Amino acid sequence: MSAATTLPEAQQEAHCRYVLRLADTSLVLGQRLAEWIGYAPALEEDLALANLSLDFIGQARLLLTYAGELEGRGRDEDALAFLRDAPEFLNLALVEQPNGDFGHTIVRQWLIDAWQLEIYGALEHSTDTRLAAIAAKSIRETRYHYRFSSGWLVRLGDGTAESRERMQRALDDLWRFTAELFAPDEIDERLNREGIAPALPELAPRWSARVDEDLRRATLRRPATQPYPWHGKGGVHTEHLGHLLGEMQHLQRSYPGARW
Amino acid sequence: MPAVPDPLPAASALAGPRTRERQIWQLLATVLDPEIPVLSIVDLGIVREVREEAGRLRVAITPTYSGCPATEVIRGLVRAALDAGGHPDAVLEEVLSPPWTSDWLTPAGREKLRSFGIAPPEQSVTNPRELRPPPTVSCPRCASRDTQRVSEFGSTPCKAHYRCAACGEPFDYFKCL
Repeated sequence: MSAATTLPEAQQEAHCRYVLRLADTSLVLGQRLAEWIGYAPALEEDLALANLSLDFIGQARLLLTYAGELEGRGRDEDALAFLRDAPEFLNLALVEQPNGDFGHTIVRQWLIDAWQLEIYGALEHSTDTRLAAIAAKSIRETRYHYRFSSGWLVRLGDGTAESRERMQRALDDLWRFTAELFAPDEIDERLNREGIAPALPELAPRWSARVDEDLRRATLRRPATQPYPWHGKGGVHTEHLGHLLGEMQHLQRSYPGARW
Repeated sequence: MPAVPDPLPAASALAGPRTRERQIWQLLATVLDPEIPVLSIVDLGIVREVREEAGRLRVAITPTYSGCPATEVIRGLVRAALDAGGHPDAVLEEVLSPPWTSDWLTPAGREKLRSFGIAPPEQSVTNPRELRPPPTVSCPRCASRDTQRVSEFGSTPCKAHYRCAACGEPFDYFKCL
């Protein structure tokens, strides 16, 4: 194969993988949030988490459909969601972490909402007009999610001794997964050169400033530990993803082609 | 923001080069949102374009929320209305850009919401950096401004949950988003 044919193919594959990362991050978080249905501490929060879940799954559907088209092998959103195994999933490791208590779910949500505000905000200006349209659609929902998650972060952080301690514990536990959020790898860098994806190191300080401000209001401490560089978006996951997929994919795996 | 033809043309005006497009707008004004069945999809502002070019008719609609389960139902209802209305050749497309916001609700749509018991959105969302704090919402039953937010989320993706302190009734508020 000549370089002339190899290069566009590699480019197309990188593009597809980039969109899949965004798609899988939304899908896996949507699935995690759906686990709360019927179990949240109050009816209002049950509805809120279900609504968030629905938004994330909706975003995932738009992104998965697009990724399938970029891949060009005839896989639609369902094939990508239900018939891939864990190492083929490219979500951030943060979103596959178990729900824990309500505070733990809120910390995870707030970290990812703040990340999505930066990512979608930048992708609105992507040279990829399809991705820009999905980002412009999604960021309106993200702003609403962030208002919810940052509101609870402050209420529980600056709450009782018990709620504050639980929030700090959740933050300490989840912080190691944040290094991945703005650490570019070769796919991020390649897509950035093409004008499709933002330069992650440029977005990191904005995320960091927002996080610090919210933590100050919530009277929580930013963990000092050096975050461990997980690479979920490269397909390297914690053991939790397999269990999540086991439940999410069970029906299609057991009864291939089953329809609702 | 591209304007929806408003008011919709009267039947007597249905003549001339744009006849078929106008017929389709009227047809779409009879397709109701399955979750809020007083609101047509034209009221909701999700019909983006009806265009006939070189004999090819294109109808473009846009989703409200990414994950709104009504989106697929609406697509099916529009398809059925087009087919039944004698336009089986019309191509139905989904567009994402510019994204739908609650600003696309028509004035008529807002009034229909209120009379149905759902408070219409109180703010414009044009280019917000962040969504502002929730506004004071009027009770759709007694019009009191003395209302409280119970939850920013409600029974469908497009609604929040409020309560009126004056008449004591709970009610839905159509989110500004």
